[in-house]
Amino acid sequence: MMFGLFFSLKTFAAAMDPRTDTKSQLGAPLRIGESCTFRSFRTNNYKLHFLESPSGIKIVLNTDPNAGDLRDNLSYIYGLYVEYVMKNPLYTPGEPFKCELFLRNLFQFVKTIGL
Amino acid sequence: MDAINAEIFTLTYGSMVRQLIADLEDVNEVNKQLDTMGYNIGIRLIDEFLAKSKTGKCIDFRDTADKIAKVGFKMFLNTSAAVANWNADSTECSLILEDNPLTDFVELPENYAGLSYCNVLCGVIRGALEMVNINVSCSFVKDVLRGDDVSELRLKLLSQMHETYPYKDDD
Repeated sequence: MMFGLFFSLKTFAAAMDPRTDTKSQLGAPLRIGESCTFRSFRTNNYKLHFLESPSGIKIVLNTDPNAGDLRDNLSYIYGLYVEYVMKNPLYTPGEPFKCELFLRNLFQFVKTIGL
Repeated sequence: MDAINAEIFTLTYGSMVRQLIADLEDVNEVNKQLDTMGYNIGIRLIDEFLAKSKTGKCIDFRDTADKIAKVGFKMFLNTSAAVANWNADSTECSLILEDNPLTDFVELPENYAGLSYCNVLCGVIRGALEMVNINVSCSFVKDVLRGDDVSELRLKLLSQMHETYPYKDDD
């Protein structure tokens, strides 16, 4: 469901972009990283932050609705992912992972930014 | 970024290639194996590259080749390459490596003339670009170890895939 939500939101965001001359049809295939993408959305109860790397890794963070721009923090988490998951020789790319060291560092980082 | 001693890196790579030759006994098999190893490195390396260089999307293939040459080679091999010899449709280019740390201390004996010593680089580039939906083929056309003055990697753009919804509506 998450995936469908992001996929639709992304194509929607791209189709709404007023700065491109050629409007792509809603739902038309996009190149990864092409056009614009959304960064967060806010409801009355929470705010959802979203980061997608050109390689297709998506990072989602749910926070308090008053949280500010967390893009730097998301890219730091991407760095943690690279360090502890991608460089883990036991991990096969594309598989779900359960990596203690990654989780520990992630929790520590989230604590330090005080969310 | 953590760096390791270049000589250790060079010597480790050399002994690895030597071991492959001993194990596989055929230079073409060794070339193939190096390419596969590079591919497996590349599909992981791309995320490190993206996370550390904080690059966004590339506009076109020219931009991509430029980033590989200037940022990628700098980051992982501490050398930089020149991009040259574009064909008319901007789908093929050469990366020219004047200084390649992998080939320090290396001499290729005559009976291994068919060995593409740095073939691992081709695999790395192919694997890394595949993860950002660009299919390329990559091979060495000139090699300092075979007596050329520079090493030249030929990159050829095969296709750029689009992001499509992977499921059918009925699923």
